[in-house]
Amino acid sequence: MTNDKRILLGHGSGGKLSQELIRDVFFRHFQNPILAQLGDSAIVELPGCPAPEEPPFPGGTSIKPPSTGGREKGAGDTLTPSLCSGQALPSPLKGEGSKHQVGSTRVAFTTDSFVVKPLFFPGGDIGRLAISGTVNDLAVMGARPLFLSTAFILEEGLEMSLLERVVSSMKETAMEAGVIISTGDTKVVEKGSADGLYINTAGIGVVEDSLYISPDRIKTGDKILLSGTLGNHGVAILAARKGLLEVGAYCNTPILSDCAPLAGMIQKALGACRDIRFMRDPTRGGLATTLNEVANGRDFAILLFEESIPVREEVGAACELLGLDPMYLANEGKVVIVCPEADADRVLNVLRRHPLGKDSAIIGEVVKGPAGRVFMKTLVGGTRVIDMPASDPLPRIC
Amino acid sequence: MRYMTEFRDKELARGMAQRISSLLNGRYYTIMEVCGTHTMNIFRYGLKEILPANLRLLSGPGCPVCVTPTSYIDQAITLAHVPGVIICTFGDMLKVPGSITGDTANSLERLVLGNVKVVYSTADALSMAEANPDKKVVFLGVGFETTAPTIAASVLEADRKGLGNYFVLCAHKTMPQVMRSLVEDVGARRAVPLQGFICPAHVSTIIGSRPYEFLAGEFGIPCVIAGFEPLDILHGIHLLLGQIVRGEARVEIQYSRVARPEGNPRAQAVIKEVFEPCDAEWRGIGVVPMSGLGLRSRYRRFDAALHFSVPAPKTREPKGCLCGDMLRGVKTPPDCPLFGGTCTPSHPVGPCMVSSEGTCAAWFKYQGENK
Repeated sequence: MTNDKRILLGHGSGGKLSQELIRDVFFRHFQNPILAQLGDSAIVELPGCPAPEEPPFPGGTSIKPPSTGGREKGAGDTLTPSLCSGQALPSPLKGEGSKHQVGSTRVAFTTDSFVVKPLFFPGGDIGRLAISGTVNDLAVMGARPLFLSTAFILEEGLEMSLLERVVSSMKETAMEAGVIISTGDTKVVEKGSADGLYINTAGIGVVEDSLYISPDRIKTGDKILLSGTLGNHGVAILAARKGLLEVGAYCNTPILSDCAPLAGMIQKALGACRDIRFMRDPTRGGLATTLNEVANGRDFAILLFEESIPVREEVGAACELLGLDPMYLANEGKVVIVCPEADADRVLNVLRRHPLGKDSAIIGEVVKGPAGRVFMKTLVGGTRVIDMPASDPLPRIC
Repeated sequence: MRYMTEFRDKELARGMAQRISSLLNGRYYTIMEVCGTHTMNIFRYGLKEILPANLRLLSGPGCPVCVTPTSYIDQAITLAHVPGVIICTFGDMLKVPGSITGDTANSLERLVLGNVKVVYSTADALSMAEANPDKKVVFLGVGFETTAPTIAASVLEADRKGLGNYFVLCAHKTMPQVMRSLVEDVGARRAVPLQGFICPAHVSTIIGSRPYEFLAGEFGIPCVIAGFEPLDILHGIHLLLGQIVRGEARVEIQYSRVARPEGNPRAQAVIKEVFEPCDAEWRGIGVVPMSGLGLRSRYRRFDAALHFSVPAPKTREPKGCLCGDMLRGVKTPPDCPLFGGTCTPSHPVGPCMVSSEGTCAAWFKYQGENK
């Protein structure tokens, strides 16, 4: 860190400054092996405990999550409350028995805060984002998301009807994702101390023992898949920020945020390939940041093919106008998957059959070196480095 | 026509690179792209990799952020501390370090006063002035002939509306005069001769091709106005080398779909109405006569420097930084001892690393810190 001992907006961008903040402040104080995993969720082993005398959930030994009803049917509609009973969890995947070790359960655990401005934007809102974000952070660790907490920080004077719209959107998204909002908290701060409404969500999900999702498993020759077009969320948010730019005015069709819970699609991908090495949702900082985090400090390089990377024409045009690069823009409904070459086409087909993944593509591969870096073969046949952004991308002067 | 994909075609690019190679015929040539966006796109599309090694491309002083002197940043920071002032700026000015040391933050980004706003156009700054009549809005007027018309228009609009709380801190620069200083820089040209210029695309859509004629006429240096897409750049280089090889020197327009010899007369008229040429300080180069644009006396009440009477402190360059030599076309980033070590995009020392269009930033971003 530099001598200026103040937090800058860049510290929240997900780029290099964020990494420094995590390393030099949070990690220095909190340091422990679980935190050191630095995944989208922490994977923790919950020790077994004696079987309860009373069923842990009222009304029986199993609960039904709200009917999913949406486009993605939850893999298992009935959850056995086995977190504490030491019994095997039902497998969310067809034909694969869970080799769960009796006595402990692998749980994915994560949290995320949402401060998006504006609260409602084309294709989503802060509530949908708050559920999707946490669900996706669990799902990319191979977990089946189960329970979410939600905490609200509300600004004095916030319209009740606005809050209701947000909460109802959260409920719908939770149903779509097949998760239960299980606990919550509310704080109200004085007018001016917050900007309308902030949401924090935390979530847990269970990870089957047969799955091991980690960048440590990535090997030379693996393929890199992306589940759809880049930058939709980033451009939708920019367009929605009044007083900045009417990007919409240049488009025939509005650019909608891709904000969506991906657990269903990811479970299907895991069904097609148990050997998926690594997954992550390229949110803040975009695909460039995600892939740099993967490659950084490892003994392989990542090579992307610009012509294979899906970008919606409107998003591409908006980026040209503003001097932005879709590689660095946020996505809220996309996943990057690294899998063995032999399984790549199978995973691709499964993704493409899912409504959230119809534009999926194989966008690159893992190569030998130069180790630790991300490269792109450009449209015209040159090569360039895809670097970690220092902070948020800013539009240029000319 | 999409005006994008067609200009990024792999086969056409390869063919053009081959034609360039055969024109070179094994000889060495050095040309300069003056504009920062050309520099960016040369790196972004990896054009150096498909171009022959015996063609040397130098990046010129065409990034508005890079050539803004530290004294200007210091002035802006001083202004930001004046009670009731809101600073409006294009995003890339935020990170540029000034020379203020001590307790005060040395870039606008680090001020944390809450009164520095990033805007996307001068219209946003004007609206901010209208919405906050009790505040004084200062727009950081930085850029070349491409941005000057919109800033001139905002001054005219503020004048029409009788806005008394809108000001511009002027540091506009003009391209042809600094190109003259580059070719007249005897020391630099003895070290690295320049055989041709790729002239800026969008600056030229405003000023046209005539303001460059003296480069061909007086100095015998061929010029090509090229677009920003990879094929534009390759085609521009091909035309330029064609002139060099044939011993010709004229100003050609490759970017003919947008740039005209006469430029954009309306934009020129707006600039002329509001601004007049003045001497300007270029970071790393020094004061270049008549290479800037200052407000005409009629509009001087919009001049932030006069209104607030903020003196411009003396420019102090960071120790060891080679940005000056870079902007004069004498050095390249790997020559600089700071590059990639103490000077990186997250902790920039010199201006060429700060701006995304800067030579060092483009080099670092797209080629890595490898020298």
